[in-house]
Amino acid sequence: MTFLDYFASNWTDVADATLAHAVLVLQGLGLAVLIGVPVAVATYRTGAPRTAVLGFAGLLLTIPSYALFGLLITPLGLGTGPSVVALTMYALLPVLRNAVVGLRALDPAVVESARAMGMTRPRVLLTVELPLAWPVLLTGLRVATQLLLGIAAIAAAVNGPGLGNLILDGLASAGTPYAAYLTVEGCLGIVLLAVVFDLLFAGLNRLTTAKGLGA
Amino acid sequence: MTDATPGTETAERPMIRLDRLAKRYPGQAQAAVEELSLDIPEGRIVAFVGPSGCGKTTTMKLINRLIEPTSGRIHLDGQDVTELPVHELRRRIGYAIQSSGLFPHRTVADNIATVPRLLGWPRQRVTERVDELLTMVGLAPATYRDRYPKQLSGGQQQRVGVARALGGDPQVMLMDEPFGAIDPQNREALQDEFLRIQRTVRKTIVFVTHDIDEACRMGDLIAVFGENGKVRQYDTPERILAEPADEFVAAFIGSGAAVRRLSLTRLDALDVPEWPTVDADADPERRLAVARAQDREYCLLLDADRRPAGWLPTEEADTEPPSHFPVFSTLGPHSTLFDALDLMLSADTSTVVAVDDEGRYRGVLEMDTVRELINGERTAAGHGRLQEA
Repeated sequence: MTFLDYFASNWTDVADATLAHAVLVLQGLGLAVLIGVPVAVATYRTGAPRTAVLGFAGLLLTIPSYALFGLLITPLGLGTGPSVVALTMYALLPVLRNAVVGLRALDPAVVESARAMGMTRPRVLLTVELPLAWPVLLTGLRVATQLLLGIAAIAAAVNGPGLGNLILDGLASAGTPYAAYLTVEGCLGIVLLAVVFDLLFAGLNRLTTAKGLGA
Repeated sequence: MTDATPGTETAERPMIRLDRLAKRYPGQAQAAVEELSLDIPEGRIVAFVGPSGCGKTTTMKLINRLIEPTSGRIHLDGQDVTELPVHELRRRIGYAIQSSGLFPHRTVADNIATVPRLLGWPRQRVTERVDELLTMVGLAPATYRDRYPKQLSGGQQQRVGVARALGGDPQVMLMDEPFGAIDPQNREALQDEFLRIQRTVRKTIVFVTHDIDEACRMGDLIAVFGENGKVRQYDTPERILAEPADEFVAAFIGSGAAVRRLSLTRLDALDVPEWPTVDADADPERRLAVARAQDREYCLLLDADRRPAGWLPTEEADTEPPSHFPVFSTLGPHSTLFDALDLMLSADTSTVVAVDDEGRYRGVLEMDTVRELINGERTAAGHGRLQEA
């Protein structure tokens, strides 16, 4: 039985796992944005607090992924819960850091002009600072997505959803004729998702970056 | 020398009044601005000039509360600025800065419309205002309305910056070296254009610059800042150049004050000396009589409208038709003594004919007249620019 024959026999499983993988990554990314962007807005103009949150987010990224998923079993049990939380923690650094960098890199003259013309603080943030920082923030989301696609495979270790299950099943049945096929399917699924997400981000960047910015 | 009312000013209504204004930053021994009192009269350009770090920009930013003062009061049109919500205050004060600060993600039209929209003007009025302002700053609305700032040259960006500052038709404008980033040639054109705009809009303007030449050119009044926001002298450009209050001001003006004063004296503010003239269609006897009655080498021929028609040599005053040399060098009332001297040197002549707006003869300036005027031996009829209001 060739790989293609094998794939023809279980492609629905692969498709389901791929979809679940994508959903898992998007959940983790979404939570990271919901936490990271407000924290960035709250701290980017400060000194010590900004250094502290960036340091903390950097620390999270250094925890070995296998260990982090395992550690989260105790408070959150098995399945999707600990998987999403772990991914959120990993995505936090690229999201937070790019948001901070983007907001801090703005031309001070532009922001000062906005204030000097009588824009209120929320209006400056929403209509000037965030639109101008958006391309940098979007790059952060793109990096975070690529990072999460790989790490999400570990979710299978805590009974989470996604393509990690195919890889894990392959490893568990090592030595049997089709073990390698399962693992390859899992990997190809992740590669395919990485390409698709990257194209989506490129399109999103083009659609949402203000016309006056960019090259 | 923090005299609140400059000597030559008549009682004009102050639009901005700074009252013992001070700004200290924690941990700094020296105050950024120390006990500053200053009246800025309505409809005038007041130039804040001084070396970097003298507190001129800080003082300007205190006015629209981009920086909050440590103590003292600021009155805008009689009202204490702290009585207003800060964003409402700022919507009444135009703001233009050196790097233009245009919003790169918004079109030219949207940039200019910023304050009108904040003020809640109806859409139609905003559109009209944008086109009016673009026209005023010399940019064709149809061409530039939908461009983005990066699609404009530096000079065009500054024009849009000025248009944006005028957007909400503010009474007061704060300008921080608005032409500082422009090359000298275009800067002069922009300065002239801005003065032309100012003649129609009559805003009260605080104009910050480190360049005494720019201050003399733009300011109706100049405040020379020393250290810690101390104003060493507050007066008209003419008087600051002629009578610097102390050594600091004299050193800041530097050399060439006499030449700078030339460019401040407009011909319409002068009693231009008379010169022997004769009608171009007068008969030979009349011409000869005029020529013999004076000791110049040439008389000036005037046509029927009293416009200079030519130089008549005294020796050949009665030839028919009258032999004469063409008049190359005439200057209108808006030219300055600097222009007159420049023309004399470049055209290699010792006489310049002064004419009025219609080109009619007013008198003739000689090199000696200019020299006397510089040395103050001859008094000018008055302060050209302050009279024009």
